[in-house]
This record gives sequence, structure tokens and C-alpha cells, in this order.
Amino acid sequence: MSHGHQRDAVRPEEVTLPATSLWQRMPWVGLALGVVGLGAAWALSGSDHRQFYFSWLVSFMFFLSIALGGLFFVLAHFASKAGWSVAVRRIAEHAMATLPWFALLFVPVLFGMHDLFHWTHADAVAHDHLLQAKAPYLDTTFFYIRAAVYFVAWIALALYFARRSRAQDESGDHGITRRLQAVSAPGIAIFAVTVSFAAIDWLMTLDPHWYSTIFGVYFFSGAVVAIYSFMILVLTSMRRAGPMRGIVTVEHLHDLGKLLWAFTVFWTYIAFSQYFLIWYGNIPEETLWYIHRMEGSWLGVTRLLAVGHFVLPFLFLMSHKVKRSRWLAVGALWMLAMHWVDIYWLAMPVLHPEGAQFGLVDVAALTSVGGFFLAAFALALRRSALLPLRDPRLPESLSFENI
Amino acid sequence: MGLFETKLPEGTRHFGVLAEYGTPGELVRACEHVRDAGYKRWDAHSPFPVHGIERAMGLRPTPLPWFVLVLGLGGAIGGFGMQYWVHEIAYPLVISGKPFMSWPAYLPITFELGVLGGASAAVLALLGLSQLPTHHHPLFNSARFERATDDGFFISIESWDPKFDAHATAEFLRGTGAAHVELVEAAGEPA
Repeated sequence: MSHGHQRDAVRPEEVTLPATSLWQRMPWVGLALGVVGLGAAWALSGSDHRQFYFSWLVSFMFFLSIALGGLFFVLAHFASKAGWSVAVRRIAEHAMATLPWFALLFVPVLFGMHDLFHWTHADAVAHDHLLQAKAPYLDTTFFYIRAAVYFVAWIALALYFARRSRAQDESGDHGITRRLQAVSAPGIAIFAVTVSFAAIDWLMTLDPHWYSTIFGVYFFSGAVVAIYSFMILVLTSMRRAGPMRGIVTVEHLHDLGKLLWAFTVFWTYIAFSQYFLIWYGNIPEETLWYIHRMEGSWLGVTRLLAVGHFVLPFLFLMSHKVKRSRWLAVGALWMLAMHWVDIYWLAMPVLHPEGAQFGLVDVAALTSVGGFFLAAFALALRRSALLPLRDPRLPESLSFENI
Repeated sequence: MGLFETKLPEGTRHFGVLAEYGTPGELVRACEHVRDAGYKRWDAHSPFPVHGIERAMGLRPTPLPWFVLVLGLGGAIGGFGMQYWVHEIAYPLVISGKPFMSWPAYLPITFELGVLGGASAAVLALLGLSQLPTHHHPLFNSARFERATDDGFFISIESWDPKFDAHATAEFLRGTGAAHVELVEAAGEPA
């Protein structure tokens, strides 16, 4: 509309990874990190396989939430016919394109089911009235079937959207955009149900006596915080290195920052609602879960989440100046770290009820899953342009201004 | 009327000069000229928001967020304080075996009153800072100005601006590409 960075189209070479980019080597670097991390985590945990499986599960859920967040970004983008976000959408598409790999990364969880999930112990169920009542759902075979359904749904949605989007780079067919808009709404319904149940299956049932009806939304809110943080970090690094400079502008980062701030508040709203209702109802099966997280050093982690996942980012990211400066990337890195603390806090008190014991196995598992994730992400980055070249709303996104 | 009327300095005969432009782009460029010429008492009028016009006009950031912050915090502190006072001092009752000072129970109302304070501040401060409601404005004396709600883009420079001179300012605005420039009377026929 006015002066500034006004442009209608981009040349493909402006939005292709340069040959010198670190991302070009990332598939190999990530693969190496993944293999070495996996070996190190297994070796370091020694005979204590429970530690390995829990550390793996935490790392798996952390990076899975970024990939699922990417799927949500793309679905929400099409469902709302968003214009501003076209230039940054491909980053979310690449993040969700890693989902098929997560089906492989889930294999260690299957091997570790007996070490992870108390409800798989037949002798424990035999003496536990609550677990007997939940037995039809907490059943190993049913668990496998559900996991398969989640992965099939996510992979089908992710690959469909990513492939159609890339096909539009070639054909420029506007019908693809209309088709993806039509699929996105039922896609969101499928996403909501599968992500909720996956969070219940893989995190909530670690403590099989406990239940919280809002838990799926809680995990989802963290996943959305994770994808915005991840996108801000990737785009900031790309703008520094060259590609996307002058195309993805401070305006796009400002909007990602606003959404990051908003979903930080949303996470707090859900987290407090969950805590509040359980505290108010004061029913032993429910309150125990929180009591475990207020014992020993876990109380410190709980307080860290309240301050670090809400109070500090709420004040820091509120400012318009921060969101339009390099400090936004610092805030995004902080939120990604806090999201990891959140997942750690959800799972680990089951293994170490006496207090947090962060150790080398956690670092190794995080390195491993993170390496595999970045390798998969970089493979996707190399495969296509960094933004949807011929999306009909690209000109709108390129000339987007907040103020 | 008082509150709802635009107050002009004593003895003002002309409200100021009104210039019309054909497109939003011309309006933004003209705003840059007016800003750079050092005028202080002036405004731009457009049927819809124009991106980048704040920078072109050299507008300072609005103080509105500070009103929202202060009243939002006031609402939150007031909400928390009210419940503390009721449950701890004025009327202590044991509810479901919890301590009198059960702060988690206070948070929903604290949050809601914080939102109420912040939202009310946003609306009221917006009205106050924009001097609304105003039922009449001297610019309405110009028949052309009606198009500011349709397809017209205008700049008005007020006559009490230190740099204002009826003739020189009109010439200056013509030089910025205005399609039409006119002097607007301060007092018009009652509408």
C-alpha cells in the first residue's frame, strides 16, 4: 500500500538455500548427532533402562510437539484463508514434514512400554480397582492401534498439505489453494482429536490413576508455543545468513511474536484452569499428581514454569519494540527451553518422585531426537523453495505491514 | 453543549486550510511535506486506514497503552484486594476446609476485573484522546469534506498553528500536489 518493502513476487533463487548454508550439511550432521546421541543415551543409562526410556519419551514428545505445531499452523493458515503468513508458511510445512520420521522415533517407546507405563504390569492391575476400571482403554493392543491411527492421520495430513503446496510451486494452480482450504477444516477436527488422545496416551497415562479432561488442550497449547518459537528462530537465522532477507520482514516476525505471546497466555490459562479445578475439587486421585510435583526439588521446577513460562515472557514479549527487534529471537529461544521444561515436568516426576534429576542421559536423548528432527527438517528445506512461490496470496504477504 | 463541541482559540475566524488529494499515496507524500515543513496543529483524513501514515505524519506513539496498563493493574489489584478483605477481614468463613487466604480461588475474579479495567480504560481513553463524542466540527463547514467518508483524502492545517498563514499555507499545500485547496470558516451555519 505504501512505501517500504513493496514487492509482488520473488525469484526462485532468492528463496533457495545457498550452497554454503549450514542447513545443506544439516541432514548429515543431524543424522550423526542422532546416532551418537542414541548410543550415548543407551550406554550412559547402563542397566537403568527406565532412565533411558523416560529421557527418550521426554525428548520425543518435545520435538513431536514442534512437528505437530507445524501441522496446526498450516491447517489454521488455510482454514482462516490467512494472507500475511504465506511467506513463512513453508517453514511450518517443513516442520510438519518430519512427522513420518517420528513414527520411527516412536519405536524405542514401544520397546520401553513396560518400563514407562505402570498400567502394563498385570500384577499391579490385579490389585488396583481403578486400573481394572480403566483396563478396556489402558490395553496394550488398543494402545498400539491408537498410536497407529495417530501416525497415519498426522502423516496423511502433513504429506498431503506439503505435497500439494510444493505442486503449486510448479503449476501455480489456484485450485490447489481452494482445495487445501476445503480440507483444512475437517483436518483441524482430526488433528484436535488425535493430538488430545496422543497426549493422554503418551504423557497422562504415565500416572494411570490421574486424569484431567483438559490435558489434551494443555499439550496442544505447548505445541503451538513451540512451533512459533521454532519458526522465529529459523527465520531469524535465515535472515542473518542471506536467503529470505527482504522477503520475510520484521512485520512477519512481529506477527509471529504476537502469536507466541498470545499462546503463552493461552498455555497459562489452560495450565491454571487445570490446576484450579483440581485444587478446588480436592479429590485424592486428582490432587496427588500435583502433590508429586510440589515435593522435593519438583516444587522449584513448578515455580520455574509459573515464572519462566508465564510471568517473564508475558512482560518481556508484551512490548511492541521487543517483538520488532532481535530480542524476539531471545524470547523464542527461552520459550522453547521452557516448553522443554514443561514436558520434562509432565513426565519425569513419575520416574523420580523424590526430586528432579537432570542428567547426561537426558542431554544425550535430547541430542539424539533433536539431531534426527533437524536432519529431517533440513532434508525438507533442501527439497523445495523456502516459501510457496506461486501461492495466490503471496503478493499480499510480501507487502504485509502491521502499522 | 460544552463537552461535545470543538473548542477553538478566542477570536478565530477561520478554522484553517483544507486540501484534497486524489489517492492515498499522494496523501502520504503530502503528509511527509507538511511534517517536514514543521507544522504542528494539523491532521490527515481518509475513509480507511492508510499504512505508514503515522510515520509520514510524524505522530508520536499513543499513550493509550499506559491507560490500559494502569487501569488493568488497578482492576486486578482491586479485585484481589476486595476478595482478600471479604474472606480474611470482613467476613471470614471456612469454605470446603480451605484456609481463609485461598489465593487460587481469587484469581478468576482478579483476572476478570483486570480485563474489565483494561478494556474500559481502552474504550474511555480512546474516546478521551480522540475528543469524542463531538457532534459538530468546523471542518463540516466544507461541503467537499463529506467525501472524507467516501473517496476523498484530505489534510487540514489549523489556523492557530504557529506557522499558519492563510495565503502561504494554501500555496504550500497546492505545492504538495493537492487537487483542491480551500479556507474553512470557523463558524458555519447551524447544521
